[in-house]
Amino acid sequence: MPPIDTLYTSTLGAFEAAHAGFVQVALAVSAFLFVIGALGVFIRRNVITVMMCIELMLNAVNLAFIAFSRAHGTIDGQILVFFVFTVAAAEAAVGLAIVIALQRHREDLDVDSFNLLKG
Amino acid sequence: MELLLSAGNKELAIDALIAILKIAVIFNALLGLFSLMTYIERRVLAFMQFRRGPNRTGPWGILQPAADGIKLFFKEEVMPEGAHKVLFFAAPVVAIVTAYVSLAVVPYGGPLVVPGFVISALGMVLPAGFMAAAFNSAGQVTIFGRPIDIQMANLDVGVLFIFAITSLGVYGIVLAGYASNNKYALLGGLRSSAQMFSYELALGMSWVSVIMAAGSFRLTDIVATAESWNVWVWFILQFPAFVIYMIAACAEVNRTPFDLAESETELVAGFHTEYSSMKFALLQMAEYINMITVCALASNMFLGGWLSPLPGILPNSPLWFFAKMMFLLFVFIWLRATVPRFRYDQLMHFGWKRLIPAVAIWVVFFSGMTAFFGEKKSPPTTIAIANQAPAGQVSRLQVAK
Amino acid sequence: MILDVILFYGAAIVALASGIFVIAQRNPINSAFSLIITMCSLAVMFAMLGSGFIAVLQVVVYAGAIMVLFLFVIMLLNAKQDEGDRAGGIGRAAIVLGIILAVQAVAVVWNGSATLPTNYRDTAAVDVARGLFASPRFLYAFEATSILILSALVGAIVVARKEKAKGQ
Repeated sequence: MPPIDTLYTSTLGAFEAAHAGFVQVALAVSAFLFVIGALGVFIRRNVITVMMCIELMLNAVNLAFIAFSRAHGTIDGQILVFFVFTVAAAEAAVGLAIVIALQRHREDLDVDSFNLLKG
Repeated sequence: MELLLSAGNKELAIDALIAILKIAVIFNALLGLFSLMTYIERRVLAFMQFRRGPNRTGPWGILQPAADGIKLFFKEEVMPEGAHKVLFFAAPVVAIVTAYVSLAVVPYGGPLVVPGFVISALGMVLPAGFMAAAFNSAGQVTIFGRPIDIQMANLDVGVLFIFAITSLGVYGIVLAGYASNNKYALLGGLRSSAQMFSYELALGMSWVSVIMAAGSFRLTDIVATAESWNVWVWFILQFPAFVIYMIAACAEVNRTPFDLAESETELVAGFHTEYSSMKFALLQMAEYINMITVCALASNMFLGGWLSPLPGILPNSPLWFFAKMMFLLFVFIWLRATVPRFRYDQLMHFGWKRLIPAVAIWVVFFSGMTAFFGEKKSPPTTIAIANQAPAGQVSRLQVAK
Repeated sequence: MILDVILFYGAAIVALASGIFVIAQRNPINSAFSLIITMCSLAVMFAMLGSGFIAVLQVVVYAGAIMVLFLFVIMLLNAKQDEGDRAGGIGRAAIVLGIILAVQAVAVVWNGSATLPTNYRDTAAVDVARGLFASPRFLYAFEATSILILSALVGAIVVARKEKAKGQ
């Protein structure tokens, strides 16, 4: 049984050597969250939940932008995140206003029930 | 053992130790200040209303906060029947955590400097080696070679961080109202939180002129800029922003005259109707700590923090910061005793249609003045640091073309 | 160093778990709170990736404003729990295919990003400000977003307003 010191430093060293950089892990998390968000948009039937899954996708994209900004050393990614914030806020506001109008009109928030134009 | 304390880990351990020490001191000081505030508020309100206030428990009623604490501790915890268990428990936690975290970024003073005569007095008693290790040449306290500032975290984006945590503070109230399974609590919670984030806009915009003048989001840079201008010149030039900030902060912490949702004269107590005992104590603590935070922030950003009002004659000291903060807290109590309450629609009308245009006009005016009179000539410390690469790192942060 | 790693991986795990909870919870309010937790953990990851300014902005804009808006709409409209999302075979097939897609996406991204450098310094708020105003492309976009927000504001108010009864 090696002494506790060498055990500690060897595991720490192995971990530090093996762990992928932050950028790689961040991009993997971003890809996963994006696909989860897309899955949510397909599966869920409540309009507000669908909108929240869209926000999840936008957040995943933000993470990818920041990770790439870190990797390339430029500031472009962070500025684009700035714009994504703005556009997402505007979209959420208008989308929720539409949801309120829908609820008032139909008393129902099920995506499948707005099918009047169905052939 | 020395491998455990290898170079990187040793630095980490020392930083952690210093952080824990600062947290212990500042957190406990704030707890003490909170209980003192409850007592001071009741006494000052009473004197302003021609009565006495608590004066039974202990000399001059000074043990009243202790009595209140013991009473609240021993009350029965009631959870309403249909309440959401997790959220009912989490709401006071969110409220108190967001209230305290903001205070980690606020500077309470500059470097922790001990006056010369104290050092020489200590030097006669303590060994010279200890004195050399504990105090550096400027009289500042050092621990393991690191000079200590009276601030837990000197963040680059300090002011924005406080704004972010204030935005998260809305959730404590929303959660408390929703989780109570009580229509009136829900409505009171929604009203309080709508009021809070309506006045957050005016709050944030009132800082814009201060940040523009200082050129940085760092609170120590703001105080340094106030020092380079005169403290009084800074105060007078930022006075409209200060007034707007105080009004917005009053609404932000749900204080009179903006406390319709939870005042004592209302029939229902708003979002904290269903809370009792320690959870209620935590919600009240969160409200008072929020009040302390906004006053601390105001005294740093508009009143010059720990700078003395007579720059050459009296030295800078954290006591000035404390005095300014206590004065602003007294102003809040004074407002509570004096001003009648806003009705909710009057409150929203005032916030959106009067205060935000006023602060927008101020921002436009101040930016015009800044552009006319020229930017700050000397860059603040943040820009200087940003241009240097830390050792061992490639500094190739290019600006996009 | 070790603290950075623990913080980053912890935030990544919390983000992944709460991301799954967002789509898996039945009650929309639980989804909303899971999304708030996701956003805050993503803010931690932003800070670990060097952009503290964007991290704080994420909390202010997303977790502090947009999600409050979502919560208000859910509470005021009393959005009920979903009664069976895409029930039956379609739902299960969607979930299985979604998991396969997620695994594929992560694998592709993981292999593709193995050679990216990661040794640039942390960025301060002034760097973002300089970058924003250094190029006319971003400058015009910045001004355009202000008009975008104004139009969104007006649009949201008009759409959500109760119609005044005008006879029929």
